[in-house]
Amino acid sequence: MAATSETAHAVPSSIFDWDFIFGHANYWLFIVLMMTGLYIVVARGNLVKKIVGLNIFQVAVFMLYISIGKVTGGTAPIFPLDMQVDPDVAYSNPLPHVLILTAIVVGVATTSLGLALIVRIREEFDTIEEDELLVIERKMTAADNREHGPAMGGRA
Amino acid sequence: MEHHLILRVVTKLLASTIILFALYVQFHGDYSPGGGFQAGVIMAAAFILYGLIFGLDTVQRVFPPKFVHRLLAFGLLIYLVTGILSLLLGFNYLDYNAFDPQHPSHGQHLGILAVEFGVGVTVTGVMVAIYYAFAGRSPPVDDEDW
Amino acid sequence: MATAEVAVASKTLADHLPVLQVVVPLVTSPLIVVIGVRSLAWPLAFIASVIAFIISCLLLYQVIDGGFISYAIGGWAPPLGIEYRVDATNALLLFLISGISVIGLPYALTSIRFEIGAKNETLFYACYLLCFTGLLGVVITGDAFNIFVFLEISSLSTYVLVAQGAIRDKRALTAAYDYLIMGTIGATFFVIGIGMLYMSTGTLNLADIADRIADQGSNRTIRAAFAFIVVGMGLKVALVPLHLWLPNAYTFAPSAVTVFLAATSTKAAVYVLLRFMFSVYHPSFIFEVNTLYFIFIPFALLAMFAASFVAIFQSDFKRMLAYSSIAQIGYMLMGIAMLNVAGLTSTIVHMFNHGITKAVLFMGVGAFVLKVGSSFYDSIHGLGRRMPITGACIVIGGLSLIGVPGTAGFISKWMLMQAAFENGFWWIAVLVVLSSLLAVAYVWRALDVIYLKAPLDDSVTRDPPLTMLIPMIILAVACVWFGIDTTISIGAASTAAESLLNGSFGMMPTEIPAEMPAEVPAPTIESAPEPETAPAPAPTESQ
Repeated sequence: MAATSETAHAVPSSIFDWDFIFGHANYWLFIVLMMTGLYIVVARGNLVKKIVGLNIFQVAVFMLYISIGKVTGGTAPIFPLDMQVDPDVAYSNPLPHVLILTAIVVGVATTSLGLALIVRIREEFDTIEEDELLVIERKMTAADNREHGPAMGGRA
Repeated sequence: MEHHLILRVVTKLLASTIILFALYVQFHGDYSPGGGFQAGVIMAAAFILYGLIFGLDTVQRVFPPKFVHRLLAFGLLIYLVTGILSLLLGFNYLDYNAFDPQHPSHGQHLGILAVEFGVGVTVTGVMVAIYYAFAGRSPPVDDEDW
Repeated sequence: MATAEVAVASKTLADHLPVLQVVVPLVTSPLIVVIGVRSLAWPLAFIASVIAFIISCLLLYQVIDGGFISYAIGGWAPPLGIEYRVDATNALLLFLISGISVIGLPYALTSIRFEIGAKNETLFYACYLLCFTGLLGVVITGDAFNIFVFLEISSLSTYVLVAQGAIRDKRALTAAYDYLIMGTIGATFFVIGIGMLYMSTGTLNLADIADRIADQGSNRTIRAAFAFIVVGMGLKVALVPLHLWLPNAYTFAPSAVTVFLAATSTKAAVYVLLRFMFSVYHPSFIFEVNTLYFIFIPFALLAMFAASFVAIFQSDFKRMLAYSSIAQIGYMLMGIAMLNVAGLTSTIVHMFNHGITKAVLFMGVGAFVLKVGSSFYDSIHGLGRRMPITGACIVIGGLSLIGVPGTAGFISKWMLMQAAFENGFWWIAVLVVLSSLLAVAYVWRALDVIYLKAPLDDSVTRDPPLTMLIPMIILAVACVWFGIDTTISIGAASTAAESLLNGSFGMMPTEIPAEMPAEVPAPTIESAPEPETAPAPAPTESQ
C-alpha cells in the first residue's frame, strides 16, 4: 500500500500508512470532534455546557455527511441558468447537504428546547449545576421516602 | 434614551434592508442559493436586531407574541395545504406537477415557491418566537447596564 | 383541466391512505394553534386521531395477509424519492399507535385539565399531535433519513410533553432534560449509522439499502453502521444499560402523556430496530456478527430480572410501572434474539399486547392521581374498593402484565417460550417463567394496597368521570379480547415475522445502476433529483 515516496523513507515498513491517514483526514476529524462532544456531555456538570457538547457532537456528524458528499474535482451542484448541463463537469453530491440542512434544523430545535428547559430548571431549582441538582433531587427523594416508605433505585 | 444614537440610527436603516434582502433570498431561491430557511432566518434577524436595540416591548408592539405563534403554525399550514392541494388534484402528495400538468417544470416552480414560502414564514416565526421566549424571561436590562 | 380530472379518476383517496395517515394529524396540529380557541383544541385532536385510526384500520386490512403498499411522496419513484411503505409489521404498529391515541384522548381531556391546567391546552394538544405524527411517520416511512426526522419530531414533542409535569413536580424538568440529552445522543448515533450506510451503499431507501447490502456483501463500514444503529435505537428503546431516562420521564410526566408514551413510543423504536435488523440487514448478517446471542440475550435477561426486581421495591405505583416497562422491553428483545418465526411473532405481539396492558394500568394510576393527587402506595390505600371499575381494570391489566392465561400478556409470553423451546433454549423459557414470578410480586403488591388495605378516609367515593372510565374499560376488554381471540394480533404478527425473517422483502427494481464503489459513493447527476431534468413520474405526464 505504502507506495508513495514520502512513506517510503518515513517509515521502513508500512506501520504508518500516510496515504491512508491523510486520505481519511475528514474521518479522523469527525471522530475527534465526536468524541470531544460526547466527552463534554458526559463530563461537564453545567447543563448549558452539556448542550454545547451536544452541539459539537452533532456538528461532527454534519461534517461527516458533508465530507462524504464531496466528489473529487466536483463543483457546486447548481445547474446553469440555461439548463445546458455539460457532461464533463462533475458535480458534488447535493443530497448529504440537503439531509444536513434538515439535521441542522433538528439540532437548532433540540438546542433551543434544551436551553428553554434549562431556563425553567433555573427558575425552579435556582441552579444549573448538575451536582447541586442531584443534591436537591436526592433530598426530594429522601423526603418522599420518609413520607411514603422507602423505595429502591432512588433517582435512577 | 439619548445615548446609543449610532446604534439606533443604524438599526433603523438596517432593519428594512435586511427584510428586503430576506425577501430577495426567499423569492430568488429557485434560481440561486437561498430559499425559505435562509430567508426566514434573515427576516427574523431584522426583528431580533430591532428588539435588541429598541427593547422587547417595542418589537412586540409590531410583532405580538400571539401573532408570532399563529404565524409559525400558519407557515406549516401553507406547506401542508400545498401538499393536500396536489393530492386533491389527483396526484401524489407534494407532487408539484399537479399545479400545471401540461408543463411539469412550471408546476414544479409553483410548488416549490409555495412550499418555500411556507418554510420561510415558519422559520421567521420560530426564530422570533425563540427570541421572545428567552428574552421575555430575563428581567429588563437597565439603561445603565449597557 | 381535463387531465386533472382524468387523474382524479385514476387516483382515488384510497391510494393516498399511507400519506394521509401522517398528514391528517400533522395538519391538525398547526390548525389548532392558528385557530387558537381552547374549546376547539381537544375536539380537533380527537377528530384527527379518529381519522388516523380509521385509515390505519383500512391499511391493516389491506396488508394483513402479506404484501405491501408503496407510496411515492411527491411522485418521485422510490429509490430516489421518499417512499412510504406499509406492510403487516408497521400496519399493526400504526393500528396500535392510532388506536391508543383515540382511546387515550378522551382520557386526557379530564386528566390533563386536572394535572397541567386548562391554560396551556391548545399548545398541549398541538404538541401531542406532533408527537403522534412523529410516531406514525417513524413507523410508516421507508426512507432511512426520514425515520430520523420523524423520530426527532416525536422526541422533541415528547420532551415538551414530559416537561408539562413540572406543574405538579419540578423534577419533571430534569427528567425531560435527561431524556433530551439521552434521546439526542441516541438519535445522533442513529444518524451516524445511516450516514455510514449511505456511504457504503449510496442510497437511503431502506429496501434499496437492503438490496445493495445483499449484492455487495458486508464490509466494515456496514458493520459499524449496524453497531451505531443498534446503540442509537437502544437508547430510544430503553435497552437495559441505556434505560436511565425512562423511570423519571414516565414517573413525572402527566398521566395521560405517560399512557401514550408507554404504549407507543418505545414500541415505535423497537419497530425501527426490527426493521433495520431484519429488513435492511439480512438475518444471516446478524447471525454472522453474533449480536443476538452475546448482546441481546444477556441484556434482555438483565432487563427482565433487574428491572422487575427494582419494580418490586418501589413505593410509587407509577414508578413501579415504569420499571416494569423496562422489564417488558426485555421480553421483546428476547423474542428478537430467538431469531425464529415464533420469537419474532412474540416480539411483535408483545409490542401490541404490552401497549394496551400498560395503557390500562397507567390510566388506572392517572385515575388515582385525579382522586387523591398522588400515586404513592400509602396514599392510594383501599381505593380499589372505593373505585370498583377502576380497580377492576387495574386487576385485568395487572393479570395481563403477569401473563395469566386468558389475558393478552399470556399470548406473547407463551409465544416467547415456544420460540425458546424451538431453539432448544429451555433455560430461557424457565427464566421467562421466573421473571414472571417477579411480576406476580410487584403486581400483587399494588393489588394488595388498593384492595386489602383499609381506605384512608371517606373522601373518595366514586369512580372517575366517564371520559376516563370508558377508555379504561375499552382497554381492559381489549386485554381480555386479545388474550382469547388472536386473529388480528397473531395473524398480523406472524405474517410480519415471516416477511421479516425472509430478509429484504419484495424489492422495487432499482433504477440507479449499481456501480457505486464500496467506500465512497461517486454520485452522478442522476442521483441528484433536479426538478427540471428528472423524468416526471406522474401518471398523466404522457398526455
